[in-house]
Amino acid sequence: MSNSSSLWSDALSRLLKNKAAVAGALILVILITLALLAPWIAPYPYAYQDLDLGASAPSSAHLLGTDVLGRDLFSRILYGARISLLVGFIATTVALIIGVSWGIIAGYFGGKIDSVMMRIVDVLYGLPFIIFIILLMVIFGRNLWLLFLAIGAIEWLTMARIVRAQVLTLKNQEFVLAAQAMGVSNFSMFRRHLLPNILGPIAVYATLTIPQVMLLESFLSFLGLGIQPPMSSWGTLIKDGVESMEEYSWLLVYPGLTFTITLFALNFFGDGLRDALDPKTSD
Amino acid sequence: MLSIFFKRLLLAIPVLIVVASITFFLVRLAPGGPFDAEKAVSEQVMKNLNEVYNLNAPLSEQYFDYMSGVLVGDFGPSFRFPGRSVTELIMTGLPVTFELAIYSMLIALFIGVLSGVTAALKRNTFLDYIPMSIAMIGICVPTFLLGPLLVLIFGINLELLPVSGWDQLPGDKILPSITLGFAYAAYIARLSRGGMLEILNQDFIRTARAKGLSETRVVTKHAMQGGLIPVVSFLGPAVAGLLAGSFVVETIFQIPGLGRFYVEAAFNRDYTMILGTTIFFSFMIVVFNLLSDILALWLNPRSRDV
Repeated sequence: MSNSSSLWSDALSRLLKNKAAVAGALILVILITLALLAPWIAPYPYAYQDLDLGASAPSSAHLLGTDVLGRDLFSRILYGARISLLVGFIATTVALIIGVSWGIIAGYFGGKIDSVMMRIVDVLYGLPFIIFIILLMVIFGRNLWLLFLAIGAIEWLTMARIVRAQVLTLKNQEFVLAAQAMGVSNFSMFRRHLLPNILGPIAVYATLTIPQVMLLESFLSFLGLGIQPPMSSWGTLIKDGVESMEEYSWLLVYPGLTFTITLFALNFFGDGLRDALDPKTSD
Repeated sequence: MLSIFFKRLLLAIPVLIVVASITFFLVRLAPGGPFDAEKAVSEQVMKNLNEVYNLNAPLSEQYFDYMSGVLVGDFGPSFRFPGRSVTELIMTGLPVTFELAIYSMLIALFIGVLSGVTAALKRNTFLDYIPMSIAMIGICVPTFLLGPLLVLIFGINLELLPVSGWDQLPGDKILPSITLGFAYAAYIARLSRGGMLEILNQDFIRTARAKGLSETRVVTKHAMQGGLIPVVSFLGPAVAGLLAGSFVVETIFQIPGLGRFYVEAAFNRDYTMILGTTIFFSFMIVVFNLLSDILALWLNPRSRDV
């Protein structure tokens, strides 16, 4: 046990030395806090309209200006953060659950089961999933939970491959053989013996999946097929911003900036985590 | 080599059939008929409409009719554009999207390979850091943000380039191609840097240098062939991404391509159009994945004798 905790503390000290990763983590912590506290710190409710005011440039009353309906942009970005981050975390969790179970089962049992399961992954890899999501959104309506599930259900493939590869290297090691000899059940083999040993790569890949998922959500919202008004994600804010960018460029610039900074933070943190947990792959 | 090719080809056929079937039934599952949004029409008219589009037949019959049509490239009539077939619409949009994709890929390959290879050769110098930082931006700034920002800067503020349309050469083509190609340039730069770094450390490169080959020759003749395999493998999946990107770019720049047709069909609930384009897109993606896998296999000397 002491050995494994020193692995994690080694990783932590490596991570702390990586300035980009630390900066990314800080930005994320601040952002998540702001998003969670949005109802208390947002200066205006997200749907509050000041129609007389209309679109106004950033001022002391409206930190980042207002949109054409007189809605406070800063408040809307804060509330949008809730949706965008929520999609990121929930869809990634869905992807994690499917991908990890799939990978562990395929890798551990091997043989026919493995080759069939991984063949399925190969086949799914080649399909135009984005089109299927659009299809689902069109057919079943723009339901938030359906969106989470659909995005999560397509992002698990790489996770399954990574987990399987890890399990393949683990399953012939002594501790696994010892556990098998002691008659440990399959489930507790997965949970107690395999999973703890592959948490590193899982954490890394999960961190890198979140920005992918957020991009996908905002892509759909931008096309008008994702989050529907009056709710707003960063994708819908950018969409609105584009529509009025000629006169009111701040409506595009601030949501775009927030989104880009968040994606940067997630990517830097994810890369840092990878380097810290697996020094071999960092070049 | 050839057997791998046929194996993959054989696998692709059932995949396409499954995709087409799932899409067909999903679309039929959709609540409401295709003409519900129309102004209230009498029952008789509705019945005739359904008759014309063969919607009264049993589902299994519709399915087999449709699938046998697809086999010969007939995707049926469009629900929203009376008198035009889906195949016709696809053929109108395809050349435009294809042209856009070609320009974007050329830009992406040129910039990506050039900066990736340079970064690998000049590792840990500013020629490595600067292109790789720009690549990070390319990965983090989504297409739907980059496009409007470019329009805002070069189209509206500087008035250098047209902001929409697809007729003028080269003016109309520049912004959309850069918008679509930038993210791929970033990925390709990262992939080619990684691939080159791995190859440059290998013994045969040292041998090549030891026998006195010029550095240019070592890089172009020996290192790049292996170092760019990751890029080649990426080209297949990139086609899927290019299609998704074309939805956004064609919408932003109002380009009359397949991507915009698809988004419009999604909004108009033009079910036959969605169905047809989905099957068509899947077909293209499966084919391009196959091609890039074969090319990568062929380029990799280790897998050639298998």
